[in-house]
Amino acid sequence: MRVMYVLWLRQMKRYVRSRSRMLGAVGQPIFFLLALGYGLGSVFKSAGHGNYLQFLVPGIMVQTILFAGVFWGIQIVWDRQFGFLKETLVAPVPRSQIMLGSALGGATIALIQGIIVLLVSLVFGFHPANWSLVPLAILMAGITAVAMACFGSGIGSIVQDFQGFQSINNFLVLPMYFLSGAFYPLIGIPKLLQIISYINPLTYAIDGLRGVMINQHHFSYGIDLTALVVTSVVMVSFGILAFRRLEA
Amino acid sequence: MVYYFEMSSTPIIKVTDVTKKFGEITAVNNINFTVESGEIFGFLGPNGAGKSTTIKMLTTLLHPTSGHLELSGHSVTQDQDGARKSFGIVFQDSSVDTELTAYENMELHAALYNVSAAKRKQRIPELLKLMELHERASDPVKTFSGGMIRRLEIARGLLHEPKVLFLDEPTLGLDTQTRNLLWSYVKKLNQDTGMTIFFTTHYLDEAENVAGRIAIIDHGKIVEMGTVEELKKATKTKSLEEAYLKLTGTMIRDEKGNADAHNRSMAVRARPR
Repeated sequence: MRVMYVLWLRQMKRYVRSRSRMLGAVGQPIFFLLALGYGLGSVFKSAGHGNYLQFLVPGIMVQTILFAGVFWGIQIVWDRQFGFLKETLVAPVPRSQIMLGSALGGATIALIQGIIVLLVSLVFGFHPANWSLVPLAILMAGITAVAMACFGSGIGSIVQDFQGFQSINNFLVLPMYFLSGAFYPLIGIPKLLQIISYINPLTYAIDGLRGVMINQHHFSYGIDLTALVVTSVVMVSFGILAFRRLEA
Repeated sequence: MVYYFEMSSTPIIKVTDVTKKFGEITAVNNINFTVESGEIFGFLGPNGAGKSTTIKMLTTLLHPTSGHLELSGHSVTQDQDGARKSFGIVFQDSSVDTELTAYENMELHAALYNVSAAKRKQRIPELLKLMELHERASDPVKTFSGGMIRRLEIARGLLHEPKVLFLDEPTLGLDTQTRNLLWSYVKKLNQDTGMTIFFTTHYLDEAENVAGRIAIIDHGKIVEMGTVEELKKATKTKSLEEAYLKLTGTMIRDEKGNADAHNRSMAVRARPR
């Protein structure tokens, strides 16, 4: 346990010490929120779907967590390039603990970024339907963060360099995000798009958060939560397996 | 100069019939050697000869394609944790977290090796002082020079009091003062605590001064092994450098380890042990 704590702490220290990273990582989602929220707001309203900013915030929160979590996985590529990885790989500690301790650090960072985006969106007029459910939203966001950070470290363990990581991002992460119902409701969309959304774990993260925060949801809480937990279990296993296979 | 080491009869490093292949390339080809507890053992060879691959296998970073490695009684492949607890390593290139301070790097290492809090609080300042880093203990490592980082890595490698210390080209790129400090400390450590030292280097004068025994590896095979005197005798040469060049040839190698046939013909065949 102490090993996991210390590796988690390492991530937190690195995060707190690089303020530019903190700002950079929330800048992009906030830009999305404002550009789309205000840009498409009137169209969305006249189509009879209500306030677009409200609709968008859960999706943007998940975007923040997704990008922060997956990008955090680049840390492993980084640690490999700068040599620190070897220090952990020769230590008499199970690889699973090394990977999990670090990934929980990454997840915590991703969650903090998500919460910062939520706080900023409050300033721009977002208001949760029910404040007492906000802790549940944070819990869902936390589970999503763990899944994404483990996914990121799995990818980081497999790819050899930054370019490899970048292409995974372009071909997997961005499509996953755009096909998750972050920007549009899942009703009345083409069948193929709907099928893709239904097998996309992010859909359930966004739907769950939307249900909890603005009381608009496509699936029940039960389905959303189950899908999220299953996704996390799969991602944690993937991350551990990929990290175990690493040779320096 | 004479350096003595305590000879006990139990080998602390045992490498038996070890081969490592990367696809078509055989980096290490059926090597055998043992290192006794308390020895200072030098592992020499040209670039790409298989030195780093051997160290990586001994330190669990690579799995051998075949053969058996044993560290302090633990099979390196079967009982990784046991083997990992028994060694410390200073890698060829830096392996510290440069965003953290020197002290934090030491603390992290202590946690990874389950060093008790009391021991940690006593040994970290002690080792940092020894490596003359105590005044910079709370500075981020990214502000350190190459030599300081190397000293920090040595301090770190000693923190959990390993039985075997691996030094993979520890003096590469260091100035004479730092090299001198490093080796005199390593020798003292070996004499005081009986810690086994296994090192690689390209500086033959270092090997000659420090090592009790030396193995010379080339093309993935050990071509000669023994004390400096034995090596000179076997090759009928006057210095370690001459012996080394006679054994490994004068051709310049690339890192892939596939030097040409000319070289191979010049190398003296390995003596069966």
